[in-house]
Amino acid sequence: MPEAGRIAPPPPSFTRPPGRNEMRSLYERILALVFALGLLLAGQAIARAGAYEDALAGFTTDSFSDTADAVDALVSTGDPRTGPLLEALKDQRLLYSAETLKVFIKDPSDKLTDAATGEAVALPPTDIDNVRLNNRVRGLLDAALGSLTLMVTEPGRRFDAAQAVFKSRDSGALANIDKALEKETDPRVKKALMEARAAIVLYSADSNAEEKIAAIAVIRDRGDQDALGLIDGLPPDLPSTVKQAATAASAKIQSNLAFWSALQNAWYGLSLGSVLLLAAIGLAITFGVMGIINMAHGEMVMLGAYTTFVVQELIRAHNPALFDYSLVIAVPLAFIVAGSVGIAIERSIICFLYGRPLETLLATWGLSLILQQAVRTIFGPTNKEVGNPSWMSGAFDLGGITITYNRLWIICFALAVFVALLGMLRFTRLGLEMRAVTQNRSMAAAMGIRTARIDALTFGLGSGIAGIAGVALSQIDNVSPNLGQGYIIDSFMVVVFGGVGNLWGTLVGAFTLGIANKFLEPYAGAVLGKIAILVLIILFIQKRPRGMFALKGRAVEA
Amino acid sequence: MGPFPLTRLLDKSAIVFLVLLAVFAFAIPTLNLLVPAGSSLHVSTYLVALFGKYICYAMLALSIDLIWGYAGILSLGHGAFFALGGYAMGMYLMRQIGTRGVYANPILPDFMVFLNWQELPFYWHGFNHFAYAALMILLVPGLLAFVFGWFAFRSRVTGVYLSIITQAMTYALMLGFFRNNFGFGGNNGLTDFKDILGFNVQAEGTRNGLLVISCIALALSFLMCRAIVTSKFGKVLIAIRDAEARTRFLGYRVEAYKLFVFTLSACMAGVAGALYVPQVGIINPSEFAPGNSIEAVIWVAVGGRGTLTGAVLGAFVVNYAKTFFTTGWLAPYWLFVLGGLFIAVTLLLPRGIIGTLQHWHERHIEKKIMAVPVSAPTAAE
Repeated sequence: MPEAGRIAPPPPSFTRPPGRNEMRSLYERILALVFALGLLLAGQAIARAGAYEDALAGFTTDSFSDTADAVDALVSTGDPRTGPLLEALKDQRLLYSAETLKVFIKDPSDKLTDAATGEAVALPPTDIDNVRLNNRVRGLLDAALGSLTLMVTEPGRRFDAAQAVFKSRDSGALANIDKALEKETDPRVKKALMEARAAIVLYSADSNAEEKIAAIAVIRDRGDQDALGLIDGLPPDLPSTVKQAATAASAKIQSNLAFWSALQNAWYGLSLGSVLLLAAIGLAITFGVMGIINMAHGEMVMLGAYTTFVVQELIRAHNPALFDYSLVIAVPLAFIVAGSVGIAIERSIICFLYGRPLETLLATWGLSLILQQAVRTIFGPTNKEVGNPSWMSGAFDLGGITITYNRLWIICFALAVFVALLGMLRFTRLGLEMRAVTQNRSMAAAMGIRTARIDALTFGLGSGIAGIAGVALSQIDNVSPNLGQGYIIDSFMVVVFGGVGNLWGTLVGAFTLGIANKFLEPYAGAVLGKIAILVLIILFIQKRPRGMFALKGRAVEA
Repeated sequence: MGPFPLTRLLDKSAIVFLVLLAVFAFAIPTLNLLVPAGSSLHVSTYLVALFGKYICYAMLALSIDLIWGYAGILSLGHGAFFALGGYAMGMYLMRQIGTRGVYANPILPDFMVFLNWQELPFYWHGFNHFAYAALMILLVPGLLAFVFGWFAFRSRVTGVYLSIITQAMTYALMLGFFRNNFGFGGNNGLTDFKDILGFNVQAEGTRNGLLVISCIALALSFLMCRAIVTSKFGKVLIAIRDAEARTRFLGYRVEAYKLFVFTLSACMAGVAGALYVPQVGIINPSEFAPGNSIEAVIWVAVGGRGTLTGAVLGAFVVNYAKTFFTTGWLAPYWLFVLGGLFIAVTLLLPRGIIGTLQHWHERHIEKKIMAVPVSAPTAAE
């Protein structure tokens, strides 16, 4: 079940509006759930006896236009049976028999019921066939279903229905909208209904210029891409006052959209910055604090990502219920795995190379090749599937921008790791000893600190944090043996840019580079933007060779 | 130290090296062209091209050794200069294809026709002349190195910082050359060459000729490097390597020395790349990959940093091992070997092969001197 994690349905408590991209499917799923209940509660309809049964006859002629008329007629009856019937029609579960002029609904277990009487049918007529659909009928169905849902209790569903009407601009829904507007108390749904009404009025031939201008104002205040499309798509043969209002509204929406797209870029930048921060923060310890050039840093990130993969595989095999906790379990494990590999590296290779940075660079590069190849040998060269737990999938809209949960969590996680690391260096004994050793090794040794042990632990800490970063990056990147390589140059850039030996510099550096990158991208393209950033950093290093937040005083020499 | 510049230039190991190189340059074409194919002494054309490739790698290693071994500049972006020289040569070779391409366009290379370009970009003009291409082979890497070095050395970016930004430089170039709209064939690079100076690049004679030319270029580069490192200029470089600040305080313009040797080394790498391209028949952006540059550094480390002959030997040994491993069933283990080599050399053999031999030799001589105290102190170097 490779996709189990990624397409898991939202939890029951999911009451926020869904992201625009998944609204459609959510909307359909909800419709199926609510009809039986929703239409009864709506209870508006004063059913005219026999109208429902009469309308059904339209389905038996195998003509698209008769089917369309029948859908309209059914909606106007207000009969509570309309919802399930239309739903069945949409799912191709509506059958008819031309001979007996009867219509049947097939439920998912293939049992037939007579649509008019609601009785189960044991022996269907021989000439039974599906009621066919074309795009026109389908559109009509969507609009009809949308306007039917306007009255259900759940505000979120009413909101979705209003949005559906806004998009379909079905003039038949106008009466329902007006009815719903009278009763509506939820301000958000009310606004959506107003917008849907405005969309219908704007494109309706029956409305006059004043009504249209008022409608344009409502749509302008909505201010998103759909609203812009609606206004720009107006037919040219309108009164000049309406045209002026439309042009002004279009300009207003465009500036509004530009504002939100800048915000969206800033959000993407923050997101990229958090990824850079995660990748670089371990390096800020090993390179920044200890001065070790660890080219195998990216491979520590990779080890963390593969730890997540293994944890998820074990959970899937033994206890799938725990899947949502897989990342929580993986974080400490990744820290331990990467940290102990780090300590082993420090004790076996790096401790012989202190004071020879160029040699350290070469040796750790060799190590990164070995680690990559080892992982490739064990797990194979292909990408591994690491799933998102349910609380990390999905997205929500904030004003005009879409925020995905996994990016949001990664930002929070990156900041949490940063704060934890800062606190650890500041307030624990180990942190104190680490700072002592990096500031003045011989004095620290004279005070009784076992410097070799501290070196190993510091390197292990930096590697372990890289492993934790790997857990987070496994959620947004391909988990492959090359995962680490993609981050190593960026991480060094962040640390060098921010200032070696300064965690705050790494934080500011990561977010600066992330945001600068995302703001350059729309103008220069992704690759050129990256090149521009690299060139800017190279120039920046010329100006400030020790980064933005350079250490001053004696610490520089350490 | 001998009184004449020539004896200073050509010490015993330099002479041995040049003689071996001359024998190699003479023997391989002879065994390929004159010995019949059935004979056990015959060298296949595949091997000729392979050795030609090694010679180019050796030149690249030499250029790295000049700056790393003698001036302490560890460049992790020398592959970029190598590739730029290669691209300049590739552009010349592309223009020589003429109407023999798939689209038979007399001016535009195939990939431009494919991308619907209407005319040749301005930077492609002139590459139909070999002399212009040859100039660009020296100029483009040289200019990039000059500008880059001018910025870097002036603001005293040294040590690992320099290494990292050179790596970022080659990385940025790689990203750029991967793009189609850069005008260098994007992903696929430049390939499908036909002629060089009117000779078919596929022909045996041309391949042997290119091998001999590469050997000559290597010998000349070697002599140039020898001349530099044995001169007073070279002594200053070594001083910079060992104590940069002190050299500066003594009044030497460290930046100027570094900039000169860095630019020269980049030109050398460019020539190596230019000779490499017709022999392998392709140049693509993966030559800019940071991994390639750092691999070239390990050739130098294996052979012996600061010994010019060591750089050449290292390039041969490591690349032979690479060919040996990657062509057989051992292929999955090559990265283990390469990675292990990086670690083993830095930990166990920091002087490299030639460096260690020299060290033993010196110790041996020292012991001899100690054992026979009557000999004059002038015998020691």
